[in-house]
Amino acid sequence: MAATASADTGAGVRADRRPGVRFGRPTALGAAAYVVLAAVAAAILVPIVYAVLGGFKSNGELVSDPISIIPKVWVFSNYTDVLFGVNAATFWRQAFNSLVIAAIAVTVTVGFASLAAFVFARIAFRGREAVFTLFVFGLLFPSAVAILPLYILVRNLGLAGSPVGVALPQAAFALPLTIIILRPFFRSIPAELEDAARIDGCGPFGFFWRVLLPLSRPALATVSVLAIVTTWNAFLLPLILLNGADQWTLPLGAMNFSTEYASDHGKVLAYTVIAIIPAVVFYFFAERQIVGGLTAGAVKG
Amino acid sequence: MTAIAAPSRTGAGRSRTWLTIAAFLLPALLLYLVFVIAPIVQAAYYSLYKWNGLTPLTDFIGLKNYQVALSSDAFTTAVGNNLLIIVLSLALQIPFSLALAVMLNRRFRGRALFRLLFFLPYVLSEAITGIVFTLMLQPGSLVDGALGRIGLGGLIQDWLGDSSIVMLTLFVIISWKYFGFHMIIMLAGLQGIPRELEEAAMIDGASRRQAFRFVTFPLIGPTLRVSIFLSMIGALQLFDMVWVMTAGGPVNASSTMAIAMFKAGFKNTQMGYGSALAVILFLFGLVVALAYQRFVLRRDVDGAMTTGAG
Repeated sequence: MAATASADTGAGVRADRRPGVRFGRPTALGAAAYVVLAAVAAAILVPIVYAVLGGFKSNGELVSDPISIIPKVWVFSNYTDVLFGVNAATFWRQAFNSLVIAAIAVTVTVGFASLAAFVFARIAFRGREAVFTLFVFGLLFPSAVAILPLYILVRNLGLAGSPVGVALPQAAFALPLTIIILRPFFRSIPAELEDAARIDGCGPFGFFWRVLLPLSRPALATVSVLAIVTTWNAFLLPLILLNGADQWTLPLGAMNFSTEYASDHGKVLAYTVIAIIPAVVFYFFAERQIVGGLTAGAVKG
Repeated sequence: MTAIAAPSRTGAGRSRTWLTIAAFLLPALLLYLVFVIAPIVQAAYYSLYKWNGLTPLTDFIGLKNYQVALSSDAFTTAVGNNLLIIVLSLALQIPFSLALAVMLNRRFRGRALFRLLFFLPYVLSEAITGIVFTLMLQPGSLVDGALGRIGLGGLIQDWLGDSSIVMLTLFVIISWKYFGFHMIIMLAGLQGIPRELEEAAMIDGASRRQAFRFVTFPLIGPTLRVSIFLSMIGALQLFDMVWVMTAGGPVNASSTMAIAMFKAGFKNTQMGYGSALAVILFLFGLVVALAYQRFVLRRDVDGAMTTGAG
């Protein structure tokens, strides 16, 4: 957040520095616009606040008084049950599963995509654009199309129910966007560096590993963050490939929890809030990467 | 774009270059071919069979699955729902996102905070978002209670249980989750337009509204088209949130193509039929993608993309 704020002032300073242009002054926002923005902000916050504070309410209170924001009696057992109590074993198991799958998927995606993007960016060969277009194509169609055959394939590979079986297809689906974001970054590394590395005895892999990757750290951070968020929130693929509470990831666990404790709204809210905390924390720390990556991907893709 | 690493002209050097290319490219290419491309081709193949997904693939029935799908009310309703979400998104969500992006493109106190907040729903899992909204929309829960409190109790509906309301309810929640994403894309587009252009128009006597209409709006076109495309592809594959909130119900009132496909494949073990639905979904995606290719890539990325072709 601090970073985006400073980016804004940067733009402001640039515009303000030019003398004599009245319109360069920061344009104030009318009262009406503020009202609209505040209303939208409220609409965003209501479900989030409802979930967070609802988790501290007893079921009696959730039913009898659904609209007061602050709990009359603060109940902590909903959260503590999920974290340390009767539901803790399942919750932590599923959090661990989510983590393992995300870790494998992100490593494979970023690793494989970097290698491929290097070729697409820096080595000219016949058919390069055709292969690249094949990857772009992956961005252009609904991934749900592949789901049924994927299920058969993963089952036949003996990977059904394992984190690897979910992570590999997940990584494969993340490749197009990752490659599309990385390619221009890799292209912008000056050719002189490559020549210098070659003179110093670096082969293509040496240049890739010792020069290109270290210089591309911001881009790698961006694509990693995007891949983590996508994998962490994935639903359809884990839904078909994983069986039972011990194998599920957090979104699946949350859905199952919400049917199992259908009448216990407080507990369901507590579970969902805890399940989204990693994504939210991640967002506040990595907002720039997420936004930067998506806009770059969208504008290029 | 010229070759940076010029391949050497000797035979040995050339084969070494190809070896390098293969070593770098094959991991990604294999993963992608095995887990993305092959399943799509397989879906097309399975779709010609009557198949439960377990027994050997023997019962070839040609295009029968497609015939059944297109004459099935459940599936045509699902297609209609996908199209409804596309239309509503283009008519309401995209203009709304653009309006907010225009506001956030001005400089004012609190702008970064608004942007941070508006984009937040995008990073939340669709499934978990769906669970929270389901609880809020239960009869007598937060939404009904709040409407009653402000004297609009007459507007209360069975939000997720009434087949004529459920798609609109879902659309509002989808918009809650995704308008920030489109807003951010458009904001990036707006920031790429030099402020001087609008200022020049205003010095020449244009009102702020005219400056936007005749200067900024045409220039934001490319970004807007990207946003529209992503919105359409997203609406076509709508699944997670619907599955969590209604599972396509009541009956099939909120079904989507992906929901119908999932049910066919995993609830009714009709892998052949489900694959046919997947292919139809693919064809819809293809039409959108080709239109995008035709109208967007050609016009906007002409220089950037074609010069890259080596």
